[in-house]
Amino acid sequence: MNELIFFINFVLISGAVIGSIYAIGAIGVTLIFGILRFAHFAHADMMTMGTFIVLILTALFPAVGPAIGLPTAFVMMPVAMAATAVIAIGLDKAFYKPLRDNNVKPVVMVMASVGVTLMLQGLIRFFAGTGTQSLYIDDRKSIFSFNLSDASESIVVTEPQILLFLFTIFAVVALHIFLNRTRLGKAMRAMSDNPDLARVSGINTNTVVGVTWVIAGALACAAGTLLSLDVTLKPDLSFMILLPIFAAAIVGGVGHPYGALVGGFVVGFAETLAVFNWAILLRPLETAFGWDLPADLSFVPTEYKITIPFFILVAILVWRPTGILKGKVL
Amino acid sequence: MALLETHDIYAGYGGMNILNGVKMSIEQDEIGVIVGPNGAGKSTTLKAIFGLLNISEGSITLRGDDITNNAPDALVRKGMAFVPQEHNVFVSLSVEENLEMGAFTRKDDYSYMLERVYSFFPDLKDKRRQPAGELSGGQRQMVAMGRALMVEPSLLLLDEPTAGLSPLYMNEIFERVIAVNESGVGVLMVEQNAKQALRIAHKGFVLAAGQNRYTDTGANLLADPEVAKSFLGG
Repeated sequence: MNELIFFINFVLISGAVIGSIYAIGAIGVTLIFGILRFAHFAHADMMTMGTFIVLILTALFPAVGPAIGLPTAFVMMPVAMAATAVIAIGLDKAFYKPLRDNNVKPVVMVMASVGVTLMLQGLIRFFAGTGTQSLYIDDRKSIFSFNLSDASESIVVTEPQILLFLFTIFAVVALHIFLNRTRLGKAMRAMSDNPDLARVSGINTNTVVGVTWVIAGALACAAGTLLSLDVTLKPDLSFMILLPIFAAAIVGGVGHPYGALVGGFVVGFAETLAVFNWAILLRPLETAFGWDLPADLSFVPTEYKITIPFFILVAILVWRPTGILKGKVL
Repeated sequence: MALLETHDIYAGYGGMNILNGVKMSIEQDEIGVIVGPNGAGKSTTLKAIFGLLNISEGSITLRGDDITNNAPDALVRKGMAFVPQEHNVFVSLSVEENLEMGAFTRKDDYSYMLERVYSFFPDLKDKRRQPAGELSGGQRQMVAMGRALMVEPSLLLLDEPTAGLSPLYMNEIFERVIAVNESGVGVLMVEQNAKQALRIAHKGFVLAAGQNRYTDTGANLLADPEVAKSFLGG
């Protein structure tokens, strides 16, 4: 029984946690690609920046959370999401719009976003230092454990993980309604489908671009904050997950938000399944089959986890280049 | 006052003029048809009128107002709608969503226009929930025209609406163009199927090398042996 609980804790829950983070990040990347047709490399540092805004707000008003029984950082997250959305629009106006107006090639936009990412990294370290910070200032992380009858180990879920799952469901449902039921959401899909025709139809393409940055920026802030609540906040936290996020977006089919969701969980679970020590689960069968299992039976050592998204990326590009769901449109 | 007038417009790409003084005039109740050989500047004329191409000389007026080099979305608000020749539907959006996108500039309730478009193109009503990319070429053309009609334009610009369609669909599209025109929409269209198009035209413009070669009523152009010999294949 304990073996199964290990599996649930280290594969199912961990995979769902990291998968949700990848999914929220990848949705932003894929929306930006769908509308603006370039890979936005500064997305991860937009996450980190949003998280630092949450940290500042949490430090300023540490008593808000305990008053309503939620982590202060989570309560501050919507405010920081709005702020990050505004900053995202500002970054677009300052760095990407001038290039767009000159009809540059997409690769120029990509390089500009690399520049923006380096700038954000510098700014974050300049103001916040390089150390590790916790988003829990005046409150403590609640941990819920569930005991199964005949097991000594228990299933462990933390409060931020539950908040993450709830937020992911909320964000996906809200995005679905926005894209399929509202005028602006449909215009976003139209522009991603055929930008020239969108212009000819009289759709205000600048508004659509603005909405795209608002959604991508807000989601980036949320992903960074929810990840930092689960672990800790470091200036390079999000940059380290840039690759899996891009892998998730491409696996799901670039430009396809539901694909990004699926891709996020595919990459997340692939990582946890690959680093899981399968010897734990197979040990009960050892005597029955007369096996001699080694102590560690994982596909990939934990420190090489980053190779998993690389592998998935290569595999997808070789066998199904358009992604799981066909990419290119919202 | 004429609905649309172009006063000797010059336009082109990258400093090279394709239009060298195109002169046209359309009344509110008219269908105007632009014909001419390949490279004559037919589609370029429509694009220049709809602000998709910079006009270097000359001017365009809509009911007397200067609209030269206005942006497409401004022209849509002024009552103009344009149907490009290719890629003229949002393939991943449903038929009805395509129509809604045509009404993007409208702030009022446009649901009655959906019904009116479905009455022009009854085929589309059954397929309203289907992605436009799954429709046949003729049905796509109807979606594209329907999308353009959603703003209740006073002038509809059509770029080769029958290109690549079977003769059956071609006749159907022309019938719809006549119906749309009779509902009070001025139409200016470019056509490769010159003879058939001139038959429904109140005014015909034969372009060659970016200039008007002949300008007359559709019937007169069809009857002119010179025009027939040089431009309508005998």
